Amino acid sequence: MSIPKILGIETEYGIIATGVDSNPITASSLLINSYVSRFDASIGWDFDAEMPGSDARGFNLDDVFPPDIEMNMVNTVLTNGARYYVDHAHPEVSTPECRFVSEAVLFDRAGEEIVRQSMLEAKKVLPLGAELVAYKNNSDGKGNSYGCHENYLLSRAVPFGEMASLITPHFVTRQIFCGAGKVGSEFEGMPSSSVAFQLSQRADFFEEEIGLETTLKRPIINTRDEPHCDPAKYRRLHVIVGDANMSEVATFLKLGTTAILLAMIEDKQLTSELFLATPVAAIRQISHDPTLRQTILLDSGKTITALELQESLCEKAEKYAKQFGLESVGEEDGKTILRRWREVIEGLKEDPQTQSHIVDWVAKKRILDGMADRHKLRPNDPRLKTIDLQYHDMRPEKCLALRANLESITEIDDVLRATTAPPETTRAYFRGMCLQKWPQDVVAANWDSVVFDIGKDPLRRVPMMEPLRGTKALTEKLFQQSNTPAELVALLGDQVSGSSFKPSN
Amino acid sequence: MAERARKQKSTSDRTSAEEQVETKVAPKGEKLKAELDDLLDEIDEVLESNAEDFVKSYVQKGGQ
Repeated sequence: MSIPKILGIETEYGIIATGVDSNPITASSLLINSYVSRFDASIGWDFDAEMPGSDARGFNLDDVFPPDIEMNMVNTVLTNGARYYVDHAHPEVSTPECRFVSEAVLFDRAGEEIVRQSMLEAKKVLPLGAELVAYKNNSDGKGNSYGCHENYLLSRAVPFGEMASLITPHFVTRQIFCGAGKVGSEFEGMPSSSVAFQLSQRADFFEEEIGLETTLKRPIINTRDEPHCDPAKYRRLHVIVGDANMSEVATFLKLGTTAILLAMIEDKQLTSELFLATPVAAIRQISHDPTLRQTILLDSGKTITALELQESLCEKAEKYAKQFGLESVGEEDGKTILRRWREVIEGLKEDPQTQSHIVDWVAKKRILDGMADRHKLRPNDPRLKTIDLQYHDMRPEKCLALRANLESITEIDDVLRATTAPPETTRAYFRGMCLQKWPQDVVAANWDSVVFDIGKDPLRRVPMMEPLRGTKALTEKLFQQSNTPAELVALLGDQVSGSSFKPSN
Repeated sequence: MAERARKQKSTSDRTSAEEQVETKVAPKGEKLKAELDDLLDEIDEVLESNAEDFVKSYVQKGGQ
């Protein structure tokens, strides 16, 4: 039985400082501090449960990657349940855990607004004319990449290796509708100019089919086994292969199609017939061909285009939905995902240009081709790379994506509310409410616990090992009945004794 | 959560709207070209003026 696909997105933003000397770590710290210093208290991240070196294949590299590597950098939790911190010299926003894909799109957008507000706040403390500018992209065009990771809750019962093989064809081909587009090649050993334009920001950086790395020799399937919840029941699939999207519909499709396929794998409804012979080469070949005609080799010996492979996956998902339903992603979102998936495939088949309001690479290419034509630009004209970068600029007055007539599926009032209010149907609600109500008493928080100082030694840790507990429906009354965190802790002890909310020292 | 009200019409609505325009006002191609021209005018206004320096100075540390 497929389980609810709790999900979230972590986005590392590119950052530059203009008019002031700064290294990227200082710039990222200043950006985040400028934002959080507006609030009463800044809540630190609790690293106790971090184990990024734990591998889903059964070994542990925590000695190689000590979790305290980032301890001295800015690392905060926001009242909407998100984490906002410095990661590898980039500002990173991790959305709170969401129950629905449409909700995750909203919180990803809220992340953009948080970054925009941070840039405005930072400008106030910098010398006149200086500013920090963030970019929601994944590459500097010079061989340096930074990620936009997705996370999906999976049943621990699914064998990891089997799941990895079954989802790989999707990870290689979904870029045809969720690639963010890029000018030039960054594949090692290939001159930048050998590829005028490609579908994906990230495809050039993948060197392995499967592995634990995220910064070197990046694998299509990341094996990090760090569920941030009950490890006996769950996995968290940590997806590092995607681009950050400016198009909300592209984000919706990226998350939605992946979540449905993962539910199908849990229900044993996806088979091996679309296994690829050479996925690492294929991801790059597909990215390097905006005509979408490139064929790739299947294990079976057949060849297929990315579009045909996606059409086949979409058909299987439509059949699955009829037989099994789509409760794992919510029926309403599920129907919309399937409709939009079908529409984008049909549109790309007819002519990719028809999808310029949906697909980032098409929208970006339309601008590039239009500008090249208007100004008679040569292929190496720096204005082309400027357009590529500026498509992702977080300044509204500069961002080209905001001008590209992309379809929006969020309302700005909801986005702004989501910068401070948590989602209501996961444990992120509990985390967010604790921070809203008692910012002075929460000493630390992380994905699966909140730590209170209730005035008596020792500190009290409230574990949250079940992502679907701690929701508004389950905890709103507790918050209404508690005037202090001590009262909340006492109520939790009485009411949910023996559950995952039992406080412990 | 319900899908938000869309600020644009769906693909099928767009197509039918454009088809109507095609028969009544101007050929589809011309309309699209006018739209693109407006977009490019706007891009010309906001594009970083010193492209070469801008691209050179955009250097990031590798991340995850």
